Amino acid sequence: MKIKHHLTDDLVMGYSAGTLPEAVNLIVATHVSLCDDCRAAVEACDALGGAMVESSDTVAVSDDCLESVLGMIRTEEAPAREPARGAPRSSVLPQPLADYVGGGLDDIKWRPVGMGVKQAILPTSSEASARLLYIPAGMAMPDHGHRGMELTLVLQGAFEDEDGHFARGDIEIATDEIEHTPVADISEDCICLAVTEAPLRFKGLLPRLAQPFLKI
Amino acid sequence: GLHDTTAADWTDHVRRIRDDADETAFVALFRHFAPRLKAFLIRSGSNPAEAEECVQDVMATVWRKAHLFDPSRASVATWVFTIARNRRIDLLRRQKRPEPEDLPWGPEAEPDQEEVVQFQQDSTNLARAISDLPDKQRVLIEKAYFGELSHSEIAEETGLPLGTIKSRIRLALDRLRHAMDQR
Ligand SMILES: [Zn+2]
Ligand SMILES: [Zn+2]
Repeated sequence: MKIKHHLTDDLVMGYSAGTLPEAVNLIVATHVSLCDDCRAAVEACDALGGAMVESSDTVAVSDDCLESVLGMIRTEEAPAREPARGAPRSSVLPQPLADYVGGGLDDIKWRPVGMGVKQAILPTSSEASARLLYIPAGMAMPDHGHRGMELTLVLQGAFEDEDGHFARGDIEIATDEIEHTPVADISEDCICLAVTEAPLRFKGLLPRLAQPFLKI
Repeated sequence: GLHDTTAADWTDHVRRIRDDADETAFVALFRHFAPRLKAFLIRSGSNPAEAEECVQDVMATVWRKAHLFDPSRASVATWVFTIARNRRIDLLRRQKRPEPEDLPWGPEAEPDQEEVVQFQQDSTNLARAISDLPDKQRVLIEKAYFGELSHSEIAEETGLPLGTIKSRIRLALDRLRHAMDQR
């Protein structure tokens, strides 16, 4: 598997600094779970954060602070060596996503949104929204523009639009200017994680009517 | 002085906590990092009491999770920074912080010592390069970390050796993946 479409530097930096909305953190963490290039980029940014803390000014901590921590660790059992939680690499949902769904593919609570397309909205803070999309093989999503950023990460199958071909692990970053019609490959049903900053605007009448219902 | 203890020395402190539950090593780490973390947290918007509560949690986590620290991919300062960042999101923004899937980590993937030494040396160099930056550039980086600025070209504009660090981390990840395939 070779990932061709990656995170931007700003997303990497924002994830490392901890300044992104929860839904955006979720899609970044999911991409990084599949992509060692971006994992290395995030960890390099973390190194910058660490070096900043290292060379930072200091503010004295109260005398009780150390005593409290020593109290905490002394009353604990010897630190348990929990095994790393690494999920089987074959599972469609990487661990951060599995945590939000509460299990695997079978645990997703899909709701039909017409023409065989299904979605499941994930519980995140309201600054941005995250949802899983299920697009039957060969099906097109209505073409639409964006009022904000839209991030789409492929988990299964693939889709193609004016911007290129996106397969498992690839992330498409669409901004205000882009109008596109993603079409799922005919070989396999496509499952994506989509994160949006603001409602999309659809061109066709029917999808526009459906938009409040879709909650996207 | 700032660099009396190098990144590699702190790595040894964490190893002593991991292997011997060494309280002396822990206290030394606390005395170094707690006042820096408190300053960092106050600058990112915490009040002093919140910051201190957060520092306590972070340092207790350092004790508990010493076995998960990977010195071929992070300095102790970096590891402590990531724990504090996550705790801050938890405490102040009351949000979960989705983390990437862990790469399996254990005795079978004990890091290559030469890799560790080189990586920790790079980390010391990075910290030194940051303190040597002109104030104007250092402020830029800090702003990005305190969410006041979205800034993608930090490495290019400041000449910090981030590329070296990134390729070393990439190598360490490749080694881990390889160890996973062997199992
Ligand atoms: Zn990537
Ligand atoms: Zn779109």
